[in-house]
Amino acid sequence: MVTAVTGQDAGTQATGVREAAVWRALRTVPDPEIPVVDIVELGIVRSVIVDDAGVAVTLTPTFAACPALRVIQDDVAAAVAALGEEVRVTTSLHPPWSSDDMSDEAREKLRRFGIAPSDRHGGLIQIALDAPVRCPRCEHPDTTVRNAFGSTLCREIRTCRSCGETFERFKPI
Amino acid sequence: MTTDATPTGSLLAALVERVTAHADDELVLGHRDAEWTGHAPLLEEDIALANLAQDEIGHAITWYGVRSGLDGSDPDRLVYFRGADEYRSSHLVALPRGDWAFTMLRQYLFDAYETELLARLARSSYQPLAQAAVKIAREELFHLRHSQLWLERLAYGTDESRARLEDALAAAWPLLPQLLAPMPGDAELVAAGMWPAPVEVGSATVDRVTGTLTALGLRAPPLADGQVVERHVRQPPELGELLSVLQSVARADPEAQAW
Repeated sequence: MVTAVTGQDAGTQATGVREAAVWRALRTVPDPEIPVVDIVELGIVRSVIVDDAGVAVTLTPTFAACPALRVIQDDVAAAVAALGEEVRVTTSLHPPWSSDDMSDEAREKLRRFGIAPSDRHGGLIQIALDAPVRCPRCEHPDTTVRNAFGSTLCREIRTCRSCGETFERFKPI
Repeated sequence: MTTDATPTGSLLAALVERVTAHADDELVLGHRDAEWTGHAPLLEEDIALANLAQDEIGHAITWYGVRSGLDGSDPDRLVYFRGADEYRSSHLVALPRGDWAFTMLRQYLFDAYETELLARLARSSYQPLAQAAVKIAREELFHLRHSQLWLERLAYGTDESRARLEDALAAAWPLLPQLLAPMPGDAELVAAGMWPAPVEVGSATVDRVTGTLTALGLRAPPLADGQVVERHVRQPPELGELLSVLQSVARADPEAQAW
């Protein structure tokens, strides 16, 4: 059956199609510091607004001083512009990013990459900081903090007491 | 009630002064921390100090961004082209990095102050400030844990580490009141709910710090009573020396579009 599509419905549909295309494009933008995860599953895309003026994407940094944010903004602009869209990329600190915003898929990818993800803490960060962390290599829970600061602002360095592996953990925040 | 509407008149001027003072504190402390890069006593601490510096300077950018939203100022112009006496940073952060004990003690004092400040600033009626405070407070948690652990290590390490920590305390403690001192426009800001009362932040900071020091068996010298302390006084020569390094590249070619 063929249904008549009114002008307004067609516009809404077209916007929906464009928005889905934008989200697909954003899934191709990796976190430059952890290239195995994309920015959507990392949870730093706060909003996508598609209208007649073009596309507005709002990002939030994992850490306020994250030096990768500039790179990500440029990558997002390029990925969306490749769809033939006018694009504006802005950043916002609110609501602040939390490690809870990372998808389960992203956590698994991190673990396979050798970085221990943080369990979801629901805001109880002080408790999460001292909770046991499993070694991403041997899965043993007896690991200890070697350095609260790592190769990037969002990671700490830990050592596994069981297998001796030194690894990084994505900080609970 | 919160607002993201820009205040006007004397309230605007007072808020710009306060936000600038805090941004300047973060920038100058971040620069001092960065001076340890390649020189820290342990590889882990070299990495830690580079992280702390990056955080503090990144936070400074955030606060200068808040100021930019208030008066349209350009953060790069503020950082690279103001003279020392136009800076509003505290004397504590300007002091040279000193030894490891001084660096950690100073960092702890500032972290303790910032923890108390941000907890209250998160309730500011000026929304951009409240939002920045909420974000930055989460990150400062890592700083405070780090510096407080170092105070423990130094206090219970060796006779030398303890002696150095005591020397650091004697040098830094007299500068604490100036960090906590009020600024001229504070009364208006506090009345508008935009900035927490300095006396409240100050006493919470002193309580927190005194608690930590007492637990380590250290005695903070009594703070001079009745002495009038102000943020707005001439900057120490150490800040000028720091800025001559920080600003040298930008000032070598002020018209440069990129370095």
